[in-house]
Amino acid sequence: MKFDTPATPNPIDRLRVVGKPHDRVEGRLKTTGAATYAYEHHSVPSDPAYGYVVGAAIPKGRIKSIDIARAKAAQGVIAVISHENAGPLAKGEFYTQRFLAGPEVDHYHQVAALVVAETFEQARSAASLVRIDYLKSDGSFDLEAQKRTAPVAKQGPYGGPTETAVGDFAGAFAASAVKLDETYTTPDQAHAMMEPHATMAIWEGDKLTCWTSIQQMNWGTRDLAKTLGIPKENVRLISPYIGGGFGGKGTAQSDLVMAALGARAARRPVKLALQRPLMFNNLIHRPATIQRIQIGANLDGKIIAIGHESLSGNLRGGRTEPTTLSTRALYAGANRMTRVRLAVLDLAEGNAMRAPGEAPGMMALEIAMDEMAEKLEMDPVRLRILNDTQVDPEKPERPFSSRRFVECLETGAGQFGWSNRNATPGKVRDGRWFVGMGMAAAIRGAPISKSGARVRLDSGGVVTVETDMTDIGTGSYTIVAQTAAEMMGVSIDKVVAKLGDSTFPETPGSGGQQGAPSVTAGVYAACAKLREAVAQKLGFNSVDLVFADGEVRSGNRAVPLGAAAQSGDIIVEDFMEYGDLAKRFAQQTFGAHFAEVAVDSFTGEIRVRRMLAVCAAGRILNPKTARSQVIGGMTMGIGAALMEEMVVDTRFGFFVNHDLAGYEVPVHADVPHLDVIFIDELDPTMSPLQAKGLGELGLTGVAAAVANAIYNATGVRVREYPVTLDKFLAALPDVT
Amino acid sequence: MRSFTFERVTSAQEAAAKAQATPGAKFIAGGTNLLDLMKLEIETPQHLIDVNGLKFDKIEKTEDGGLRIGALVRNTALAADMRVRRDYGVLSRALLAGASGQLRNKATTAGNLLQRTRCPYFYDTNQPCNKRNPGSGCAAIAGYSRQLGVIGVSEACIATNPSDMAVAMRALDAEVEIIDASGRTRKIPIADFYRLPGDTPDVETALSSGELITAVTLPPPLGGTHLYKKVRDRASYAFALVSVAAVMQRDGTGRVAVGGVAPKPWRIEKAEAELRVGAKPFSARLLADAKPTKENAFKVPLVERTVAAVMHEARQK
Ligand SMILES: Cc1cc2nc3c(=O)[nH]c(=O)nc-3n(C[C@H](O)[C@H](O)[C@H](O)COP(=O)(O)OP(=O)(O)OC[C@H]3O[C@@H](n4cnc5c(N)ncnc54)[C@H](O)[C@@H]3O)c2cc1C
Ligand code: SF4
Repeated sequence: MKFDTPATPNPIDRLRVVGKPHDRVEGRLKTTGAATYAYEHHSVPSDPAYGYVVGAAIPKGRIKSIDIARAKAAQGVIAVISHENAGPLAKGEFYTQRFLAGPEVDHYHQVAALVVAETFEQARSAASLVRIDYLKSDGSFDLEAQKRTAPVAKQGPYGGPTETAVGDFAGAFAASAVKLDETYTTPDQAHAMMEPHATMAIWEGDKLTCWTSIQQMNWGTRDLAKTLGIPKENVRLISPYIGGGFGGKGTAQSDLVMAALGARAARRPVKLALQRPLMFNNLIHRPATIQRIQIGANLDGKIIAIGHESLSGNLRGGRTEPTTLSTRALYAGANRMTRVRLAVLDLAEGNAMRAPGEAPGMMALEIAMDEMAEKLEMDPVRLRILNDTQVDPEKPERPFSSRRFVECLETGAGQFGWSNRNATPGKVRDGRWFVGMGMAAAIRGAPISKSGARVRLDSGGVVTVETDMTDIGTGSYTIVAQTAAEMMGVSIDKVVAKLGDSTFPETPGSGGQQGAPSVTAGVYAACAKLREAVAQKLGFNSVDLVFADGEVRSGNRAVPLGAAAQSGDIIVEDFMEYGDLAKRFAQQTFGAHFAEVAVDSFTGEIRVRRMLAVCAAGRILNPKTARSQVIGGMTMGIGAALMEEMVVDTRFGFFVNHDLAGYEVPVHADVPHLDVIFIDELDPTMSPLQAKGLGELGLTGVAAAVANAIYNATGVRVREYPVTLDKFLAALPDVT
Repeated sequence: MRSFTFERVTSAQEAAAKAQATPGAKFIAGGTNLLDLMKLEIETPQHLIDVNGLKFDKIEKTEDGGLRIGALVRNTALAADMRVRRDYGVLSRALLAGASGQLRNKATTAGNLLQRTRCPYFYDTNQPCNKRNPGSGCAAIAGYSRQLGVIGVSEACIATNPSDMAVAMRALDAEVEIIDASGRTRKIPIADFYRLPGDTPDVETALSSGELITAVTLPPPLGGTHLYKKVRDRASYAFALVSVAAVMQRDGTGRVAVGGVAPKPWRIEKAEAELRVGAKPFSARLLADAKPTKENAFKVPLVERTVAAVMHEARQK
């Protein structure tokens, strides 16, 4: 099915199942521990061997020699794999890193060897017997040091152009009545998902099956096959449940590649989970940024010049952190400039993490807007409303498909009690606490891509849906089931959703917040085809056919849906693909975040007191799972604002705090009551469901809202994330 | 993790004797610290002596009206004990500020006292660290030192003792009861229990080989207001940037020990004379010899401000 004209009325509009706050269909399995994650497929097969990874001990250099004799001789050891015996490995298409070091070492904790043994304990113990001699060489680990020298990045497949210019930015900025020119920094961040990267690999002849934890199944098969130099058809990946990903499990990484190599060498199924302290320097992360923002406005607050320059680093060949994306679309202003530069760093690869580019970009831009509002002596909400635009500010002939940004701002301000905010910072006290309010905008692109599904109807009226979509905790199972139920006129318990198998029809998977809109559109297309097949089978040929309550009806004839499959299951497959609506319309999701924080006047400790997000993201397919996505984003934003930072040791070239004791993420006590309001919105340019994703929208802007609230509470502006007490303590009033 | 042998013991003296006689032996109690270190091969004991079978799980009154806490009393049980909550509130509060509910259920009194000092480089066997690998250098001093010590530190090591419980025990002047291989018992005041790193940061306490902790005793109740304030970046489940254990009396005198700043709970009794004057002179005296790094220099004013917070709170009660 092709979607190339805006949506017209269709069966989804009945909203009997779609749009309802259904519980997660797999919730019971998860809460009772019955859902099996990658490392937990204990019965298939019965005799796995276990792998344990040895990470490179140096950040940059060469493996001079590697002696595996002692490890091989250790009890239970079946195989030891290193670059000397692994055979040639190619690169996948998405990541730039190599998953096995040797002879070159590209970054700290890159896999140097894998030990496979009968038991996990034997593998772990033998891992320390692998003797590796390294030859260290100099590397670059300091982003700041390349601030002046790093070149403008080449445009890659993601993140858009690295330089944009509209009008005369320099001239307009110079001539502006009110100006801001500040630099903001965001640190390297880890995905820090609960479930570590884990794989169980099984070879049968030249066919490879892996139970793994990965967000994009067909990218995974593509990249794993390419890395190993085998046909894609020979690889099957299975990821029914994923214990969090946040972009950190996009496609094949070291666990998959090494488990496959280990299983091949051991001629046994191999299970491998990356040990937590290795994950931070071995896997991808969100790279640190240094961002300069310049905004020029008239005295009335109208922005006339907006510029955003950004620097991040990566391994050679790696991608940029496209922080300027949001700045290009969020506010009006005739004169614009963005520029993204890229330094080469010999740290682990920087790559996608929830709202890549947009999350750190908004951390900077939305503090800048707060500062601008203060300079203009204007309310920050009002400043944003004043600079709203209904057309792409870079291409005024291209309207937004839907943009209820102002409504988000106004609703949020009203519900949050924004008018009670004292605009003068440091003035509100509650006992020993300074109290402040802050807000920020939210924006995240609304991509949608080709997505397929297979649906099967049986004689009991049960509809089974199969797609290679994944559920990383987001609720994909549930919205897939809801969509099929709505289309086929059955209740949700008559739908079986099967996900996470690379042999199922392709979807874009979980990433870029395009999963929900794309996969439901694919299910729509397949169900539309199934409806036709059912109608034909049952001999209906009228156009007024209704699928409802488990029946197919026309006029006064009603037949149970399952009757169509009396003589055998009906199986159809289709996909949804798209025309040029995304070119004609700027498709984005919008929101506004409000935060109230308290700062201890003695110690500077920061505690968020309450937060509200208002989101406009097309049709909300399931308000319960959607709310979970947004409060999850808000929680992550609290982490980004207050604590998350992978600390780089620029001498020794690695992220120092590489475990969950050192890399702090919010705990329950950091997260107060969070409220979410969804603005009623349909976006007919997206798909027949008129829905957009929102898993990443909920994160953008959050950290800035918190940082702005801290400023409002204390009067101290911190432009380096995370905002920790050591950065403003000296500026707090004396307490002794 | 290296392989090791394992045994359970039923008498304290047997435990101490076995520990002294067996090369590379270590006691294991809750295992919450030791097992982590073993997995990373920072500790590589060849033999583990499980002391959980010893009957050291009681909290009893002592003759002088204090409390005797068995070495195996779990942190959860200790924090919840009515006598501790009533008479030694600072200890209860400190315990509850530490780790997480699950860890406290496992963690023992002795194990908590003997958890290794905290430093991220210590936890990474590829990095230089004088404590883990004497003579290899200290990666932290010129590196990531934000969390680390500002006083009592040396050129060799600036790691901090992470225990919250010990800070409260220092404020209370607890004593550590020990038995050795010959069955001899002795008591070490908590003030003397921890060693400063000097040139030997691998030596952290006054215990000698094989010595087993049997109990910790608390003096008779001190009265006063008991407070424990732990400052950290996140609200729970994090080690202290700075913590303050205080027992404050109505007349403005008191005892104050500080955590998160030194290789041991930091208390200078003489400085406490300044408490009646205020947090500033007290802290100035307490940290007179501070040698912070650039990254952790904020801890010096933070101590002053946290002490001020505690004094402020004590006045409100
Ligand atoms: C994630 C995490 C967070 C934490 N956060 C905090 C925190 O915020 N604050 C805090 O204070 N602590 C914290 N801890 C540390 C925790 O309190 C300690 O791990 C625990 O108290 C150790 O007790 P245990 O009984 O498990 O000791 P074990 O691990 O069993 O032993 C520790 C050491 O004590 C020795 N030992 C044990 N018993 C005896 C004995 N009777 N005599 C002589 N030697 C003995 C062992 O040989 C070993 O060397 C945290 C730990 C973790 C893992
Ligand atoms: S501070 Fe101490 S524990 Fe940390 S690296 Fe230096 S010597 Fe090791």
